[in-house]
Amino acid sequence: MGMTMTQKILAAHAGLDRVEPGQLIEADLDLVLGNDITAPVAIGEMDKFRKKGVFDNTKIALVPDHFVPAKDIKSAENCKCLREFAKRNRITNYFEVGEMGIEHALLPEKGLIAPGDAVIGADSHTCTYGALGAFSTGVGSTDMAAGMATGKAWFKVPSAIRFVLTGKPGKWVSGKDVILHIIGMIGVDGALYQSMEFTGPGVRELSMDDRFTISNMAIEAGGKNGIFPVDDLTIAYEKEHGAEPGTVYEADPDAEYTAEYTIDLSEILPTVAFPHLPGNARTFGDIPDIPIDQVVIGSCTNGRISDLRTAASILKGRHIAKGIRCIVIPATEKIYLEALKEGLLETFIEAGCVVSTPTCGPCLGGYMGILADGERCVSTTNRNFVGRMGAKTSEVYLASPATAAASAVEGKIADPTDY
Amino acid sequence: MENAKGTVIRYEDNVDTDVIIPARYLATSDPAELAKHCMEDIDPDFGKKIKKGDIIVAGKNFGCGSSREHAPIAIKASGISVVIAETFARIFYRNAINIGLPIVECKEASENIKNGDTVSVDFNTGIITDETTGRTFKGQAFPPFMQKIIDDGGLVNYINSKD
Ligand code: SF4
Repeated sequence: MGMTMTQKILAAHAGLDRVEPGQLIEADLDLVLGNDITAPVAIGEMDKFRKKGVFDNTKIALVPDHFVPAKDIKSAENCKCLREFAKRNRITNYFEVGEMGIEHALLPEKGLIAPGDAVIGADSHTCTYGALGAFSTGVGSTDMAAGMATGKAWFKVPSAIRFVLTGKPGKWVSGKDVILHIIGMIGVDGALYQSMEFTGPGVRELSMDDRFTISNMAIEAGGKNGIFPVDDLTIAYEKEHGAEPGTVYEADPDAEYTAEYTIDLSEILPTVAFPHLPGNARTFGDIPDIPIDQVVIGSCTNGRISDLRTAASILKGRHIAKGIRCIVIPATEKIYLEALKEGLLETFIEAGCVVSTPTCGPCLGGYMGILADGERCVSTTNRNFVGRMGAKTSEVYLASPATAAASAVEGKIADPTDY
Repeated sequence: MENAKGTVIRYEDNVDTDVIIPARYLATSDPAELAKHCMEDIDPDFGKKIKKGDIIVAGKNFGCGSSREHAPIAIKASGISVVIAETFARIFYRNAINIGLPIVECKEASENIKNGDTVSVDFNTGIITDETTGRTFKGQAFPPFMQKIIDDGGLVNYINSKD
């Protein structure tokens, strides 16, 4: 029996010829990531290790992104903890406010992820880097501490679900619609403990940004990781961002999958996930008029330059509905600058949006756009759990940048197809 | 591992980390402080009603959502002795093991145990007994490797014991 792409990467990092689903292995890590919420806990844990120091100061990435620029004294203390730890241990990949970005948009942009890498991050959306053909998965702070100290992590080798993509998505259909459709189909625990492996001729019709969005939300289906094959687009992206060539792994033709789905991208419609689960997917036709109070365009899911371009193309020459707030957050400083140079920020501001410096901010109900009791928000983020963005009676509707921008214009959840 | 016995508090499917410990309290990682806000968005009385040793029984995908270790820490610090669920979200699963919060996967137990029942768990055998109804269920016992991590009191001690 052959191995899946994920199993091959794990076997190579465990120094084994082959691994079986369910097997417990210890794998060598190429990168260990933490942020201003999870890394301080990990740094505290590090003190308890008998062996002091980090395994490799070039293979750790520390990104203050959740509550920065520091929103209050406690977050300032957390950032200080990161900064001082980075200095003490000469961590080369520490990114200060002004050069940072939301971690999962930032690390690929900085060329820190190569195909075939094994990466853990103390953040659940670490699975984003599967878009580059790497194995990456979210872990907790204790795992991060152990990873920083030893360069290793324990894993249970996952089985996999195969998604064969065919066709080409329509004009206003993006990676976000594809992944919301998939989570709606298999459920929020549909890929529990498993890899989601994407393959098929449709992959080539998806931009790198679309692939990042899809891999990013694998965790929302319970997945351990969400991985794409490496193709010309991947290689071009990696070159442009100065990444190492890495190792390209392909699933064996006789690899075993627990399930296989064929998804025709041309049939996917703009999709919205209703409160309070990312799996509550609906398409227009099945969506009544729902007035909204706020729109958020940003996050590690959809704060990339193509997301901003799409949103701006709808907002250009239009104004957001009266009484609505629309918050736009470029995911990294580089994206922010690109959006500025391309005139996108001007478009947003003229349309009545507010544009923020890169931060997770409202995505996790941190700051910069918290919802009051009963308020509704259309958001390009990835979670719509109870209280995720503020008051526990508030509601979050997950959607693509196109749907979010159309909704901002109309003041209700709106179909971008009409634009 | 020491066995657990306590009164059951029941929750349904997909209890996520945002309700176990809302992000607005994440600026701290002090267990006692986190325990004060555990479950408050779905069960405001949680902190008041639980006694040390009580047991959470839940449905599918318990602990889905963020990687915050604050979630199992808050549950452990609030005095819960074990969480039994049909399935756990994977990051929650590894976090619970890494910080030493016992968890047991068991579909039958999850389907049959009622709120308020008295339940005991034998970690060595994986046997869950509902003492109120007299029924027993066989939960998934940990592989030896994970048992060792929990026995050592978490991943940190486990790694220290290897050095
Ligand atoms: S943008 Fe949201 S989902 Fe992404 S890392 Fe930040 S808080 Fe997490």
